[in-house]
Formats: sequence, structure tokens, C-alpha cells
Amino acid sequence: MKVAVLALQGAFIEHEQMLSRLGVSSFEIRQKKDLEQSFDGLIIPGGESTVQGKLLRELELFEPLRQRIEKGLPVFGTCAGLLLLAKKIENDERQHFATMDITAKRNAYGRQLGSFYTEAELKGIGRIPMTFIRAPFIASVSETAEVLATVDGKIVAARQDNQLVTSFHPELNEDLSVHRYFLKMAGL
Amino acid sequence: MSNNRFELNKNLAQMLKGGVIMDVTTPEQAKIAEAAGACAVMALERIPADIRAAGGVSRMSDPKMIKGIQNAVSIPVMAKCRIGHFAEAQILQAIEIDYIDESEVLSPADDKYHIDKTKFDVPFVCGAKDLGEALRRINEGASMIRTKGEPGTGDVVQAVRHMRLMQSEIRRIGSMAEDELFDTAKQLQVPYELVQYVHEHKKLPVVNFAAGGVATPADAALMMQLGAEGVFVGSGIFKSGNPEKRAAAIVKAVTNFNDAKLLAELSENLGEAMVGINEQEIELLMAERGK
Repeated sequence: MKVAVLALQGAFIEHEQMLSRLGVSSFEIRQKKDLEQSFDGLIIPGGESTVQGKLLRELELFEPLRQRIEKGLPVFGTCAGLLLLAKKIENDERQHFATMDITAKRNAYGRQLGSFYTEAELKGIGRIPMTFIRAPFIASVSETAEVLATVDGKIVAARQDNQLVTSFHPELNEDLSVHRYFLKMAGL
Repeated sequence: MSNNRFELNKNLAQMLKGGVIMDVTTPEQAKIAEAAGACAVMALERIPADIRAAGGVSRMSDPKMIKGIQNAVSIPVMAKCRIGHFAEAQILQAIEIDYIDESEVLSPADDKYHIDKTKFDVPFVCGAKDLGEALRRINEGASMIRTKGEPGTGDVVQAVRHMRLMQSEIRRIGSMAEDELFDTAKQLQVPYELVQYVHEHKKLPVVNFAAGGVATPADAALMMQLGAEGVFVGSGIFKSGNPEKRAAAIVKAVTNFNDAKLLAELSENLGEAMVGINEQEIELLMAERGK
């Protein structure tokens, strides 16, 4: 059982460390030949969605990964990862995997001065730490997606079948519960 | 953990990792950089090579020019202030800059004191040429470090020297006996806790990028293999023949820095690289500013 971590740009090492603390092995996807290994789940880390989206296409990872997600590969996107999975980005004409029925708002809390830390409930887990870094939020979800957490009335976590997204960064805090939730979702 | 600005600011640097931060002087250049895959841009009036050529006192850029760049792109925007010039830093914070570079590229405003960066809510990145400088800047509140290199030269030798020195000092401290750390803290003129952190984690407490003289995909890959967590490219892009292509190639080189075959493809047909000046040919060593 293995989880792949998209390692094109951003905070992918932090996710690998969370997985290793949970006793799950992982490997990095940096180019097409990395897809030859088999994996049972995929994590798309925080970073810049513009950079990751561009590199996904240029390194020919985009279509194979999109197809796997559509076919049910369990995927967990944090921050930029959320933007890559969202069907629509309210304030950005770019669209990436667009496999999840949510509309996201990019840089929704403004510039770095708007970054913050809080604690809030996540459905099915309880109260957890949440670190928001130039974060997006989810402006709306369709009927197929389920809201898992809100902060100040804004949706910050959601799930749709095999896809889990958070606009905050569970990988930046010590709490392992969201990663554990994802692994359970992936049947690992 | 509380709403701690230092933690949040360190976290933003973590999101920049594996990325390329590019110097830009106009909104048009900023858009080119964003489209080429920059994870952030550094807004400044003149790139280091031109600062070097023009001579004279070099200061913080016009806030209006910085705002123009902030409005042009969706990625983080950084800007430089002079070493020790806390009023320039206050101005940059007032326009909600995402990161301030307290930079030796500009003329230092204070030859003794750096800015007390703990007094600010926005993050700071600072240059360092060895571990002592890096830890002193972190102690002053910097939440990201970069090598100083020698900006505006297109000569990577100093960035290599600074990165190698930092990494070898980290390895040395990592292998020390615990009772040796006190004396090391004294020698480096930094608090014991920072030395202890390096001893325990075998890395800096903040993200460490390469900067100064990076001009080609191979330069970027070299710095990443030497342990940089990302790369700043200043004059190297917009002083070259084909900025779009070179920028995109450097971005890909940083992601796949270990794949020589891909690096070979990326290095093909990039047009003319910036001309560059060798370390020995320059009169002004910017890396000697601010210790």
C-alpha cells in the first residue's frame, strides 16, 4: 500500500513526513516515469496552483492523473491542491483537474497579512488545528459534494466520493487526524 | 499554537519550496514570470545587474510600481528594502507586501544594525553567506534565508560557496557532542537554542533558498543538489535573449534537478545567457554588506 505525493512544487515533504509518522510509505511524482509505480492514493500539496498546474501539463502528468482521479483514485488536496481539483475557480479563468464539484475562491483571505491560524470542527473528526496560508476557500459546493468544515461561515473542507480537500494545511501542524481520515477513505 | 506571525510567515516560505522566485521590474515582466511558472516575484525598479552598472545609492522601489506588479499577478509579491532601513520596511508592510527582502543588493542604510524583524507582521527573507549570518538573521526575526551569492553577475561561484559553507557547518554542528554546542553558540554569536535546533534537526529552522548569480537551468539544478530548497533568479532571466523560455526551463530544472537527461533537454536552444562578469572582475562585493 503506497501513497503518491505530487512533488512538482510546494510543501510536499511535509505530507511525506505525516505519512511516515502514520507508518505509510510514500513516493514522489515529479515526472511521467514516476507513474509507472503503483499507488493507492494521491496527495496534492500546498504551493502555487499556477506553478503546479503548468508543470502537470508540461511534464505530461495531467491527463493520466486526471483519468485516474475520475476512475476513483483517492485524492487529498490541500490549499493549491484544492484549487487543482475544483471544477471552477471564481476569480481565476484557469481550470485544472476540475474533477470535484466545487467552486473555489483563490487567495480568498487576501495577501500574507491575511494568513491565520485557528481551531475548528471537522465533521467526523472533531476539533482540529487549521493553518491558512494565503488560502482559498470554497464558495459553493454542488449536491454531490459534502461540506466537512466551515470557519466564519466559509467552507474550508469538503469531500466528494474519492476526493478530499482542505483549504488549510493539516501537514503544517502536529495533528495527524486529517491524514488518518484520508487513509481510511482510501481504504488503507 | 496561537496565531503566531513568525510561524505563519515560516509556513509561507514552506509553500514556496521547490519553486523559482524571479526578479521583475514591470507588470509585463511579472506576467511573463507568472506564466513561466514563477512561485513568486520580486518587484524592483532595477535588476541587480543594472544596479551594479549604474552605481550610486540604490533604494527601495517606488510603492506605486510595486502595487502595479501586485495588481498584475496572483502569486506572492516580494520587494526589497535596504539593510537596517526599518522605515522602508514599514512602508512595504503598509502596502501589504507578501515578503520583504532585507537585501544587500541595495545600499545599506545601517552599517551596524539589521532591522528588528520581530516587530513586523509581514515576513522577511535575508541573505547569508555562512551559518552564523543565517542564524543571526533568524534571531532578528527572518522567516526565510537565501544565500547572498553575488547578485547581478551571472557568476554562481559565490552562491555555491555560501551554500556549501552553510551545509558543511550544519553537518559539523549535527555531529557535535551536546556540551560543545555552548561554545559554538558563542562563536557564531547566536542564542544556544538556535544552535541546538540545528544540532537536532540537521537543518536551518527556516526554509533556505539559493540566490545570486543563477543564470541557467544547470545553475539552478546545481544549487538544488547542493541542498537549496528553491531558487531566486534575478538578472539571469530578463537579461537573457529569451526570458520566457529560459524562465520556464529553470522552473522545470528546479522540479527535476536530479534528472540529467531532462536537464539536457531543458538546456537546449535557450538563446543567449546573460553576459555576466566574473567574481574577480567586480569592484563592489555586495555579499560583504551586512554581517
